[in-house]
Amino acid sequence: MYDLKSIYRASSVTDAIEALQQDPQAVVICGGSDVLIRIREGKLSDRPLVSIHGLPELSQIYLEPEGELVIGPAVPFAQVTRHPLIQRLVPALGEAVDQAGGPQLRNVGTIGGNICNGATSADSASTLLTLNAVVELTSPEGMRRVPLEEFYRGPGRVDLHPAELCTAIRIARKDYEGFYGHYIKYAQRNAMDIATLGCAVHVKLNQEKTAVEQLRLAFGVAAPTPIRCRETERLAAGLPLDRELLNLVGRTAVTEVNPRTSWRASREFRLQLVRELSQRALTEAARRAGGVLDA
Amino acid sequence: MLELIQMEVNGKPVELAIDPRESLLDTLRNRLGLTSVKRGCEVGECGACTVLVDGHAVDSCIYLTVWAAGKRILTTEGLLGPNGELSPIQQAFVEEAAVQCGFCTPGLIMTAVEIVGTGRRYTRQELRKLISGHLCRCTGYQNILNAMERIVEEAYRAVQNGDVHCEIFPK
Repeated sequence: MYDLKSIYRASSVTDAIEALQQDPQAVVICGGSDVLIRIREGKLSDRPLVSIHGLPELSQIYLEPEGELVIGPAVPFAQVTRHPLIQRLVPALGEAVDQAGGPQLRNVGTIGGNICNGATSADSASTLLTLNAVVELTSPEGMRRVPLEEFYRGPGRVDLHPAELCTAIRIARKDYEGFYGHYIKYAQRNAMDIATLGCAVHVKLNQEKTAVEQLRLAFGVAAPTPIRCRETERLAAGLPLDRELLNLVGRTAVTEVNPRTSWRASREFRLQLVRELSQRALTEAARRAGGVLDA
Repeated sequence: MLELIQMEVNGKPVELAIDPRESLLDTLRNRLGLTSVKRGCEVGECGACTVLVDGHAVDSCIYLTVWAAGKRILTTEGLLGPNGELSPIQQAFVEEAAVQCGFCTPGLIMTAVEIVGTGRRYTRQELRKLISGHLCRCTGYQNILNAMERIVEEAYRAVQNGDVHCEIFPK
């Protein structure tokens, strides 16, 4: 039995938003793999819950006519990984969420919850950042779209207004077409663990597959929120695929992150991981893009 | 305050009054007496409480019963044959000595049901990943993987021969 005050099962997005509006204390619960654990820890016991578990409106993955990929926030990780559109257009995202928790958790934990709880360790976040994902938010005032990068406001804090609900995660066609990605999760165990560091790369090569046209690099647990490394990306653009490029990426990336020391790992170790994993992830992403990069 | 919900448990329609604060684990054990569903860590880490919800393996300790309304739930009790026979999956666990204390076994069997239900072949490495949501403190996992490999292979053959057996693929 959970020590929870009440749970309201919303029948639609509109219904959920109304329920959130009526009680500013209300907490949204979707898959439950995060919120229920917090309740088990004795937190949130005085807060009413609004459940959007399995709402059909929020559980679809589809393409807009102009090619924008839309991912419903209530889609569980396992379904993200298995979905044909994800496998075809953004396979690195499917692989990234396939590293969260374990198989049973991936059948319930959702991609929207992974973002909205604001955790820097979210396995989906860094890859979504490299895809320039945009979060669609719906509230009584209407709908707005916020780039994921701006959605993060601090550790565990996101730009969700009162009575606002994440209703979609959107990736524009220009942000996935021609890009190849890779995510590396470094953790103490291969399963059922939270990332010590997560590194995501998406890269677009030139036509000859010899140089970087565009690099996108992001990390989880390298700062209070998942972050992009814009300076590294800027410097890497146009450079040939060689050892020099890898050195530059590793060297510059460490100057853009700000990891902390925790019981999982020291700041120094995380910086070493940033240096190492950025190079490995880029090597693999470039290989997938058809280029050759000897690490 | 109790709430009436309907779901299908082990192939039978069930209507019962539940507390909305209950986990599916609470309901299955305490109201329906399905004690194959083990109460372990209660935070979704050990996998001892794994059941299938509409065919997907979930930790019933972090699944609210209210969410199960209208869904099909399968526990190890539901694998029982008409004359009390073990399912081929359970038989494989017995024959491969994949059971010691037995606490993790029902959960692992349910994950095996989900895996076998795909009718696909898996490498040992893939199977290791697929059972990574279960903790077993006795066996060291090797015999569990042996049982899994064997049953996955049997199911694959059954599918290839067009001889799909309802004991391997419970409804």
